[in-house]
This record gives sequence, C-alpha cells and structure tokens, in this order.
Amino acid sequence: MVQLRFFASLRETLGVGDEQVVLPDDITDISALTGWLQERNDIWHTALGDSRVHVAVNQVLVKPDCAVNDGDEVAWFPPVTGG
Amino acid sequence: MIRVQTEDFDPGAELEQLRRNNGGKAGAVVSFMGLVRDLNEGDTIRQMTLEHYPGMTEKALGIIETTARERWKLTDVIIIHRIGPLAPDDRIVFVAAASPHRKQAFHACEYMIDTLKTDAPFWKKEATASGNRWVSTPPVIG
Repeated sequence: MVQLRFFASLRETLGVGDEQVVLPDDITDISALTGWLQERNDIWHTALGDSRVHVAVNQVLVKPDCAVNDGDEVAWFPPVTGG
Repeated sequence: MIRVQTEDFDPGAELEQLRRNNGGKAGAVVSFMGLVRDLNEGDTIRQMTLEHYPGMTEKALGIIETTARERWKLTDVIIIHRIGPLAPDDRIVFVAAASPHRKQAFHACEYMIDTLKTDAPFWKKEATASGNRWVSTPPVIG
C-alpha cells in the first residue's frame, strides 16, 4: 500500500485528502504514479498536470523521477504560501 | 526552538525567555513578526485559515533552523507559526535569532523568514465578501 495525501486547493479540487492505494507493478516512480492517478478523470488530469504542483515522498520534496515503493507516503500540494 | 500551534503567542514573553536562556552569550536579538493584513489584492479579508502538513512542516522548519545555525553564529533560534483560523491583525508567525553580534542576527532572521515562505508547507485560505479563495502565489518579498 502507498499512502496518498493531497493538501490545500488540490485537496478541495480532488475532494480527497488521504487515500491508500495498492501500487500496480509497473508504477515505480512519481511520474508514473501521477500519470496513473491522472487517468481517473478530467479533474484529476488537470489538477495533477499543473506544473506548479509539488510532490513529497515521505515528507521530503522530490522530483518526478523519484522512485516510489510500497509503504511510502506520497503528497501532492500547491506552492506554499505561509509566513 | 520550533513550534506550530493554533493558539496565539506572546512575543515579549518569547523574547524574554530567549534572553534568559542565553545567559549573557547573546549581544543581539533580531526578531520578525508576521500579521494578518485586512486587505489583499483589493479585497477586505474577513478571516484567514492556515493549513499545514503535519510532520513535514516541522521537518522543514527544523531544516531552516539547522541551516541558519550552520551559516551564522547563533546562540538561540525561535520559529513559531500558527495554524487554523485567524482574523485580521492576528499574529501568524514569529522568528527570532540571537547572536553575539547584530549583523549575524539580522542576516539569520531574514534568511529564516524568507526561506520559511518558500520552503515550509503552509497554505493560506482567505475569506472575503465574495467568498473563500486560496492564496495562490507567494507574496512578493521585500
């Protein structure tokens, strides 16, 4: 299982904050995982296709070629606006 | 010292505690306090809600503190950030750097608040007369 997390505007757009999924065998990196989720429908396709979206694996920012493994926590979120 | 909290904080009490902790080692303390403005992009702000990523936010703030301590000679650091619903004029964020000398403290304080704004996972949602909206781009620095 992989723990998926979505924050802020992305959570509201997708209508989900936390979700667990079984990783298909052919999904081995973030780019592929994002693409797989984008196939769900147009909303997911557009929201996760935004180039400004950040991805973190196990709470560390990563690039799309980062590997993803069973047990990981993967989070997608918009640019941060704190402070 | 890093804290992420819903409740308000007392800047005076925080600085006094920092002064006591330093026991004469710090000759300078520079602090920054961020407040909720009543106006953004021309609209009156009724309320602002701060969301964060529990766990990752604290890690990100910890990296900022560690990096500041590596770059400048600091005797103490405070980073406090509030989450949850806030009203105009409320305190959002407090950053302080204590150092033997003032320039180090000024540089470290500026670095920490600037980096917090770009690296720490917090998101602001504003409530205006025309509805709720996520603040979509980081505020211009300077």
